[in-house]
Amino acid sequence: MRETEATADARRALEVCNACRYCEGFCAVFPAMTLRREFTSGDLSYIANLCHNCRGCYYACQYAPPHPWNINVPQVLAQVRAETYEEYAWPGPLAGLFKRNGTIVSLAMIAGIALALILTMALVDPSILYTPQQGPGAFYRVIPWWLMVTLAGGTSLFAVLALIMGFRNFWKDTGGRSDELRPGRPLAVALHDILTLKNLGGGGGGCNDVDEGFSQVRRRFHHFMFYGFMLCFASTTTATFYDHFLGHEAPYPFWSLPVQLGTWGGVGMVIGTAGLIWTKIVSDPAPAARNLLGSDYALLVLLFLAAATGLLLLALRDTGAMGVLLAVHLGVIFTFFAVIPYSKMVHAVYRSAALFRHALERRPSPPPPGNKPSDRALGSAA
Amino acid sequence: MPDFSRVWDVLVIGGGNAALCAAVTARQAGCSVLLIESAPKAFRGGNSRHTRNMRTMHTEPTSVLTEAYLEDEYWDDLLRVTGGQTDEHLARMTIRLTTDALRFMEASGVRFQPSLSGTLSLSRTNAFFLGGGKALVNAYYALAERLGIDILYDTEAVDLKMDDGFVREVAITHRGFPETVRAKAVVASSGGFQADLEWLEKGWGPAARNFLIRGTPYAKGVVLRNLLDQGVASVGDPTQCHAVAIDGRAPKYDGGIATRLDCVPFSIVVNKDGERFYDEGEDVWPKRYAIWGRLVAQQPDQVGYAIIDAKSEKLFMPSVFPAIKADTVGELAVKLGLDPAKVEATVAEFNKACVPGEFNSNRLDGCRTEGLVPPKTHWARPITEAPFIGYPLRPGITFTYLGVKVDENARVRMDDGRPSANLFASGEIMAGSILGKGYLAGFGMAIGSVFGRIAGREAAKNARN
Repeated sequence: MRETEATADARRALEVCNACRYCEGFCAVFPAMTLRREFTSGDLSYIANLCHNCRGCYYACQYAPPHPWNINVPQVLAQVRAETYEEYAWPGPLAGLFKRNGTIVSLAMIAGIALALILTMALVDPSILYTPQQGPGAFYRVIPWWLMVTLAGGTSLFAVLALIMGFRNFWKDTGGRSDELRPGRPLAVALHDILTLKNLGGGGGGCNDVDEGFSQVRRRFHHFMFYGFMLCFASTTTATFYDHFLGHEAPYPFWSLPVQLGTWGGVGMVIGTAGLIWTKIVSDPAPAARNLLGSDYALLVLLFLAAATGLLLLALRDTGAMGVLLAVHLGVIFTFFAVIPYSKMVHAVYRSAALFRHALERRPSPPPPGNKPSDRALGSAA
Repeated sequence: MPDFSRVWDVLVIGGGNAALCAAVTARQAGCSVLLIESAPKAFRGGNSRHTRNMRTMHTEPTSVLTEAYLEDEYWDDLLRVTGGQTDEHLARMTIRLTTDALRFMEASGVRFQPSLSGTLSLSRTNAFFLGGGKALVNAYYALAERLGIDILYDTEAVDLKMDDGFVREVAITHRGFPETVRAKAVVASSGGFQADLEWLEKGWGPAARNFLIRGTPYAKGVVLRNLLDQGVASVGDPTQCHAVAIDGRAPKYDGGIATRLDCVPFSIVVNKDGERFYDEGEDVWPKRYAIWGRLVAQQPDQVGYAIIDAKSEKLFMPSVFPAIKADTVGELAVKLGLDPAKVEATVAEFNKACVPGEFNSNRLDGCRTEGLVPPKTHWARPITEAPFIGYPLRPGITFTYLGVKVDENARVRMDDGRPSANLFASGEIMAGSILGKGYLAGFGMAIGSVFGRIAGREAAKNARN
């Protein structure tokens, strides 16, 4: 991780935090911080990705602006976090896509939908595109099977490769070793923290999602979105299984497993993404890193559209609108796969990696007695 | 703009923990309540902003407190730090009521956390606020707003117009404009006078100009002065304040906890003439940090310099300011603005006097000097390994002891011993009644919470009659 203005700001903030420590109970960031006296840029990268941006520490901070020390931990860590996305991007030359990421993801989305529509028009007989298509293979009459598989398979395989390389870069840079990457209790702890979003609990009682008040709405909306996404993923997987191994061709009946998974997953994603967009709009801008909001919004909108067009397609699949809707839906899905490694989606990799690193870090036995910082007992004055 | 022609049941002056406890309690008793806070909203909460825990009596483990901490042990701890300058009746009552105060806090939305790293010895006695005192203050303000308490920021009480112990009305400035507030009962919870350097100068002379104020710049003692001038009985030494040695680079006000420096026991401390002046290793730092404020205040220009070498660098909590480092003692002295020859001589003399022993940072290890004046009685190791590290020290004032005298119902007493008809007090403004000397971690918040609730309850009772 290179040294930048953001890492310098974050280092200064964490040095103040380390001398105060009042926020220890909020989340993993502060216990990770207290294990260090000095912060390398790799440490800052790790801590920045550990931060879930819950803002509890901002409202609790006696040194937050307008105090002259101007400590705004969620904001500086968000800045560093954005730089880490660029830093670890693979292949390197594409790192620039993280600059003005909101614009780039939005343009990709528009281009993806347009391209899907144009290709469909060019490849498919217009009479098929605009008339109701039903029965097995209806979708493939609109968009040929080979094209779907090539695009979906190609973009998703590339995304997986790019994310793995990004993870590798992050792991190395934050001082991780490859022999640490094995199953065990730390991995189980990390998985628990990831799947429950424990660090969006604010130490029990919730986070400052919107303002000084505590709530769990962001955590819940994220759960809706994440588990919705997982159901959609399961839907696609079962559909692929039906198609390749059972020989059933899509579309499937409403009560079939793929459609049920996809429907509920889609509903979850619509609720989750809409809720997260709403939370962002109404929340206090003071602890936010404003220049990064574009990236957040673009991905949320992309995910919202992926789910919403899917649901719409399900509702109208027996009508003449199916052809165009399918093209739009797949355009959104392919865009999503294509931008995964160059969008806010990468936070899933780095945050998970940071939580794993944190779980590993908390495992070692405490330092030998006689050589630890002296007790601050009776420390607070008033 | 609030309607200043109305009459509130209870006026609470101040915006910290004690004031909020009083306001919430009075409101929950059904009174209309106005709370006036002299600071703007961003700096609301007085010194409570900088606190982090409350010392709490408990007979069994609670959600955040381990084992038990009973009245007698609590009282013994208080007796030891105050050297007897306390009121046993009020103190024991406060101690007993902390248990209930903790429940009140939890019900009010204040959240707690296990004791912080490096404070394990407090896990049994002190309940830590999740996020610290500002988070606590935020929780109370949120509750106050929900309950419909009228809150005015940037609003200061300047004159409580008293007739024979009865507060008729209160002259205030609201965002700079003079107004008058009428209320049936008044609670003064407006803190001490530690941010008024001229007042401190009366006790300390010109040295006070060099003091740093660790907490809020808004505790200027305006209400305290006003009450004492009108014949309210005072308590506590008018000249004394609680001072600790903090990093000399701390800001004049509001530096808070992050300016603390724990390196003294492992260092030698010299004054601006490069001379040592006190036994740095007399006892563990938690028992000595408070006297070092006074010690440094008595040195020329009210400044000291702690000097350690590489061996001790990791033995204490990091300060918020970077350590000043150099490859030789002389070079370090120059960086600290001291005479290098003098400091080198002091270090050499100290090094020669160190008796070899088994160093242990976690207990009184008996590593001492021999034939040195003043001696260093523990953790004395020759300062020999580069880099050499220095920190400037200055006195940081936490609070003052002078206050108004109250009875067990938080009712203010007049000089002639009679109780005021409608004036109550809670928090630092009356803490001198119980804490006449020294300090016990988390006891300020105990007094504020307990007396805040009593003052709120009694003011409400008073307003209804």
